[in-house]
Amino acid sequence: MDFFLQQLLNAVSLGGIYALLALGLAVVFSIVALINFAHGELMTVAGYVLFVCILYAVPLPIAVVAAIAAAAVAAAATERLAFRPMRRADPTSLMLTSFAVSAILKVLFQNGISARPKPVPLPPDLSGTLTFGPVRLGTVPLASILVTCLSLFALTLFLKRTVMGKAMRAAAEDFQVLRLMGIRANRVIAAAFALSGMLAGISAALWVAQRGSVDPLMGFVPVLKAFVASVIGGLGSLSGAVAGGFALGIAEVLFQAYLPDAALPFRDAFVLGFVVLLLLWRPDGLIPARTGRRS
Amino acid sequence: MLEIEGLSVRYGAVEAVGNLGFTVPKGSITVLLGANGAGKSSTLNAISGLAPSRGRIALNGAELGGLPPEEIVRRGVALCPEGRRVFPSLSVADNLHLGGAVHAKGEELARRTEAELDRFPILRERYHQKAGLLSGGEQQMLAVARALMSAPRLLLLDEPSLGLAPKVVEQVFGLISGLRTQGITILLVEQNAERALEIADHGYVLQSGALVLSGSGRELAESPLIRDAYLAG
Ligand SMILES: Nc1ncnc2c1ncn2[C@@H]1O[C@H](COP(=O)(O)OP(=O)(O)O)[C@@H](O)[C@H]1O
Ligand SMILES: [Mg+2]
Repeated sequence: MDFFLQQLLNAVSLGGIYALLALGLAVVFSIVALINFAHGELMTVAGYVLFVCILYAVPLPIAVVAAIAAAAVAAAATERLAFRPMRRADPTSLMLTSFAVSAILKVLFQNGISARPKPVPLPPDLSGTLTFGPVRLGTVPLASILVTCLSLFALTLFLKRTVMGKAMRAAAEDFQVLRLMGIRANRVIAAAFALSGMLAGISAALWVAQRGSVDPLMGFVPVLKAFVASVIGGLGSLSGAVAGGFALGIAEVLFQAYLPDAALPFRDAFVLGFVVLLLLWRPDGLIPARTGRRS
Repeated sequence: MLEIEGLSVRYGAVEAVGNLGFTVPKGSITVLLGANGAGKSSTLNAISGLAPSRGRIALNGAELGGLPPEEIVRRGVALCPEGRRVFPSLSVADNLHLGGAVHAKGEELARRTEAELDRFPILRERYHQKAGLLSGGEQQMLAVARALMSAPRLLLLDEPSLGLAPKVVEQVFGLISGLRTQGITILLVEQNAERALEIADHGYVLQSGALVLSGSGRELAESPLIRDAYLAG
């Protein structure tokens, strides 16, 4: 019972991180048809800001906010410098641009900071476990699930209640008509990138809390997972991204926990087999996006 | 109010509109007729900044050419595009809200929304429903209301009666005449020439991107070319 609850908690918390990352990809993809492979490097930016803040004993909440803000600024900067000049390009060129941005940022981290991992120690009261009657649960996964829920709630409010949020949903359906309403395309796109950066920053804080270190390549694996999650969920669909993220995270942890020892080295093969089955069942993803008209 | 001279619209090698000139007098309903592919939508899209164009497009003497669509609607020119193009997954309320969001705030925005809901009572009934679930006629009402939320001086309507039931078509044309009495100048693109010419002050006929005929609504309705090409019998 204890073991199962602990695993379930891990599954949901990992799924939540994937969901936030996949959402970050989906927010941008739904509007500009870009699969942003530099999304992982936005996580790395946030990770290094966290590292520096903790090194200088900045209180954790401030460090986390600074990390999220840094990722948002970095995302908006990549939009302004790299993606905006490519606005009229086809999706393939856009994707290649994002590979270039990703490669440049990695080199900057490697040469400007260090190629080796830097430790990001958590405050001691976060690294233990909490006891609920007979069960003991890890503090980090619990906090992670809480943060994911709050983020999803805030994002939903933003998308449903604010003009910019509504504009982003409308842009995914018909960008030209949105411009006819007088809403500036550049502002919506910049805001979408900043939002996706914030989501990467939040995921980075949760990811680093579990690993305890940052390194220049730390964004690669999670963004690959997020990409798989978005495909499972339906590329460009926001609710699909959440569904896909949770499906992937839960599948990974449960295979890890319940596969027989002999099969454990092949865990990823089982996970990807599960992904293939999902896609055979729903080729357009769990919750496909509406295909919109784009500018 | 709107003056167009030497307007050309090209998509790559295709010239959709070539050297077109016409005017839309203030307070009028001006109709642009023509067969499918004649370049009517391209003309409206050029005026609103969606289609790349060359030539002079002047609103009350001020040049609009080269401005992005976001700017042109701020100058008081709103386009209600062909095919309605409401945002299907957004509610009627949100569609209207986006239509007015950058042009009015707070109480003024609420006042404009109320005015549109009074004009289109059916939208009040559907207020919280997703626009994609509305019937074709209701979507057309929403598209017009959304365009009106910017309080335009000039409203461009691209085939508002397309694909609607005859009763709804009547409603739409009644609405357009009503808008003129409220001081909104209208440039209307239509396939339904007979009905459009009844409410129009002036009309122009396009063929392969060039002007072939112009005149008052009545003159055009009686012209042999129009009778043969568009009006049955
Ligand atoms: N985005 C576009 N790209 C290429 N060609 C286009 C585009 N839009 C319209 N055309 C072409 O321009 C011509 C005029 O089209 P359009 O302005 O839509 O005519 P209408 O509205 O009178 O039916 C047609 O030949 C059409 O195929
Ligand atoms: Mg047309």
